[in-house]
Amino acid sequence: MEDPTKIGHNRTGMQMSPLHAEMMRMSARDAAVTADASSEGVEQPEATLMAETRREYINEADALGSVPPPGTIGGALKSAGGMISGKRLQVLVDKVAERMAFERGGVRLYDAALVKVLALAHGTPVTLERMKQIRDQEAEHAEILRQALVDLGADPTAQTPGADLVGVQAMGLMQSVADPRTSLPQTLSSVMAAELIDVTSWELLSRLARSMGHDALADRFDHALEQETQHLNTIAGWYEGLLNADTKLLS
Amino acid sequence: MTLDIHNTRGTPVSQQRFTWRELVQKPISKLDDDAFTRVRIIYMNGLENEALRFQHAAARFNASLRLPLAEIRRVEHHQATLINWLLGADHSPLETTIAYEQVAIEVTAAMAQLEPDEYVAQNMRFGLLEDFDHMHRYSALLDRLEGKDANNILQCYTDIMPGRPTAAEHRAPEHDLRRPFDARTAEPLTKLHALSLTSAEQQTHNYYMNIGPLFADPLARQLYAEIASIEQQHVTQYESLLDPSQSLLENWLLHEAMEVYNYYSCVQQESNPRIRGIWERMLDYELGHFSAVSELFKQHERRDPEEVIGKELPEPLPFESNREFVREVLATEVDLRARGTEIVPLEQEGESSLAYRKHMNSQGSPSEIVAQGYAWRPGTELTLKVANA
Repeated sequence: MEDPTKIGHNRTGMQMSPLHAEMMRMSARDAAVTADASSEGVEQPEATLMAETRREYINEADALGSVPPPGTIGGALKSAGGMISGKRLQVLVDKVAERMAFERGGVRLYDAALVKVLALAHGTPVTLERMKQIRDQEAEHAEILRQALVDLGADPTAQTPGADLVGVQAMGLMQSVADPRTSLPQTLSSVMAAELIDVTSWELLSRLARSMGHDALADRFDHALEQETQHLNTIAGWYEGLLNADTKLLS
Repeated sequence: MTLDIHNTRGTPVSQQRFTWRELVQKPISKLDDDAFTRVRIIYMNGLENEALRFQHAAARFNASLRLPLAEIRRVEHHQATLINWLLGADHSPLETTIAYEQVAIEVTAAMAQLEPDEYVAQNMRFGLLEDFDHMHRYSALLDRLEGKDANNILQCYTDIMPGRPTAAEHRAPEHDLRRPFDARTAEPLTKLHALSLTSAEQQTHNYYMNIGPLFADPLARQLYAEIASIEQQHVTQYESLLDPSQSLLENWLLHEAMEVYNYYSCVQQESNPRIRGIWERMLDYELGHFSAVSELFKQHERRDPEEVIGKELPEPLPFESNREFVREVLATEVDLRARGTEIVPLEQEGESSLAYRKHMNSQGSPSEIVAQGYAWRPGTELTLKVANA
């Protein structure tokens, strides 16, 4: 693979077009006059017409969707007669389903990253074995969460609003990892972002479960959190190591 | 209940107008709305886009109709906008793709069961099994790229399993052409069906051509390239069912009737009250278009619109799961192939298709690669390992 940070003919900056850049600056000055330009959009973005339009839509918007009712009698009884009230159960179910969706997406993110490791990691500290171990642990976490949903009486096949949300969030991460042009460090940067989200989100989920008296569930979540923290350390360590190696090569 | 299309005048074209705010309304819920609401949105957007493209092409062949075409086309464009913008941005392009294939499967299956012309029905069943296979391939991609279950979109209405293998769908162009219906003798329903499916397949083709390059994953890019090619074949197939001897105005009239018929079907079956209101408005607008084009037809051709589309519209198109019918067609017709304009047994397939296909697949088949070892499971195939453990 080509050096991802080589010096080359990047045409995006104005310094690459000295003559046209001056003309652009002149037309920008003219445009600023004719368009009655102001600094409002920069200084008070919340007071612009754009913000007003967005607010109108927010005021009228429906939610992404709903959390489905408990699918089993046992679950319904648990939610009605147990320690969790209906509303709070919905919140927990949504967050568990959200984590499960993210973990499944995470497995697929690692599937794509694994190939980058196979293709590009030779001679680096990044190992296929550890990458695969992390991938498999993400799959195990998804299963822990699926089982948690079953235990809560929820439908583990439903896409809840939280699950929908993280699907949107993860799109950019997957796009950047699946792109054959992105280097190993660039790939690791995206995987690191996913792990950062994961660690904080598992912490939150564990605390939420514990606050609802679901200690056994929270213990299982803590185990996953421990592994996620290790994932982040591994990925961030590899990432920094590769960047350092890159700068040493250049110096 | 049917609609007296000739005596229901709808909204006059001069009163059909929108604001930007009306064009950009709040979208449906991906999670809570019925899958058939999404099916109708995608389907009707396809019909509006066909109306637009047809009317642009028509304007290039007829000077005197340019003004009425421009006036009605402006409305069709805004109708297409309003409808297509009802899809929420939380649908990934791939999830929307799953919905597009659901449209192809359920709408084609519904029509194939009602189609009075057996040759046309046979071609619908032929196309159906190909789109059915696309669903299997795209579901594999959705699972393996995004970690998502296609059934969250399909809501259990549509099966996910292999059909006629996509890799075997690539045909030489001469085997995609079909015998056209005879506009003088064909049932109105046959005309409506053929034009509706041409429209739906065309928008699917356009959609894949637009979103294919948005994917970073090289196999996803390949799969969209491959299936877009089949959708192009499907447009060729269905549009060749249309009688080419129909005059330009007759064609235009049929387009407007098709839109009326399908909006009427949507109005009858929509479960979301807000969206039903939109279908009602669109139906009134299309009745206005039909009425205006009827006048042009009478004026220019001295013919009665009833010659083209009959006195009353047929019964509405049912939007519902066709699982049993699809399974039956799959069991009995999956091995059929095309030779010239005819659907033939496997061993009689046109040789030029075999040569064409062999070359296209010679550097690998994206649809085979993506679904290698894939079988749909509730909650993605990632549950498989755990179940087997």
